Amino acid sequence: MLALAAGMFALAPWMINAAPNEATMGLVYKIYFFHMPSAWMFMVAAITSGVASARFLFLKRPSADGWALAAGELAVLFGAFTLVTGPLWARKAWGVWWVWDARLTSSLMLFMIFVAYLLLRKYGGPGADKLGAGMALFGMANVPFIYVSVNYWRTFHPLTSVVPTLPVEMGIPLWYCVTAFTLLFIVLLRMRTRLEHQRARVEALYLLEDES
Amino acid sequence: MRLRSLVLCVCLSVLPFAAFAQQPPSGDFVPVDETIPGEQIPALPLIATAYGFIWVALLGYVWTIGRRLQKVEAELADLESRGK
Repeated sequence: MLALAAGMFALAPWMINAAPNEATMGLVYKIYFFHMPSAWMFMVAAITSGVASARFLFLKRPSADGWALAAGELAVLFGAFTLVTGPLWARKAWGVWWVWDARLTSSLMLFMIFVAYLLLRKYGGPGADKLGAGMALFGMANVPFIYVSVNYWRTFHPLTSVVPTLPVEMGIPLWYCVTAFTLLFIVLLRMRTRLEHQRARVEALYLLEDES
Repeated sequence: MRLRSLVLCVCLSVLPFAAFAQQPPSGDFVPVDETIPGEQIPALPLIATAYGFIWVALLGYVWTIGRRLQKVEAELADLESRGK
């Protein structure tokens, strides 16, 4: 699966290059082909972390904590992609790097929630797993707000209606990139979760060794 | 009194015209046809930065996961061999 995702990423520049330029934004809109899938994976990662945290908190599943932490780290990774590529696109399309509208501000908030979540998990000491789970749930609650924000508040940002109305020659590279990012997300989530579960096994073995 | 009112009315109606007439010609707004291409923000460096950042960050992240996984699995193998 990693090889497939890597292969799709290697071919992505050709797919994106084949897409036509946009009438008002010109060439710079091509940042969209990596920006939009990154933003989707950012939200998917936040939801995954929130759902796994709920399983950990309410169903007492210790393995779910590993999934939550892995997805939390991916939320920061894909959030960074979104928050770096977005301003690069905005600088040319809007004339400014950043505007404090509902979409951009709430996305930055979600990113900061997950950065705080990772810091809490690393330096929080005993009980940080449960506190962190609450934080991830709070982050997940932010996701629907981010998604609909462009439709309810005035903004320069493209609306959610852009994706279904894209012409075919722009839609094909976009869905290709969405597929590549989804595969990548699954691969990274599995790798990162495996790391967390192996760490849990190491800790359990150390505890066993101390007891004996 | 009437004469004073008349003078005041004339002054008030003439002043705005005088104010507009005294404004220097504005040089801030340049018609699109006259824009020098070199002054526009080039798109290519922005696109290259966006895609370059994602590629470098992704490769770096995959490398760190691989390294961390290797370290933990070596530690796990060591602990398991000690336990036997």
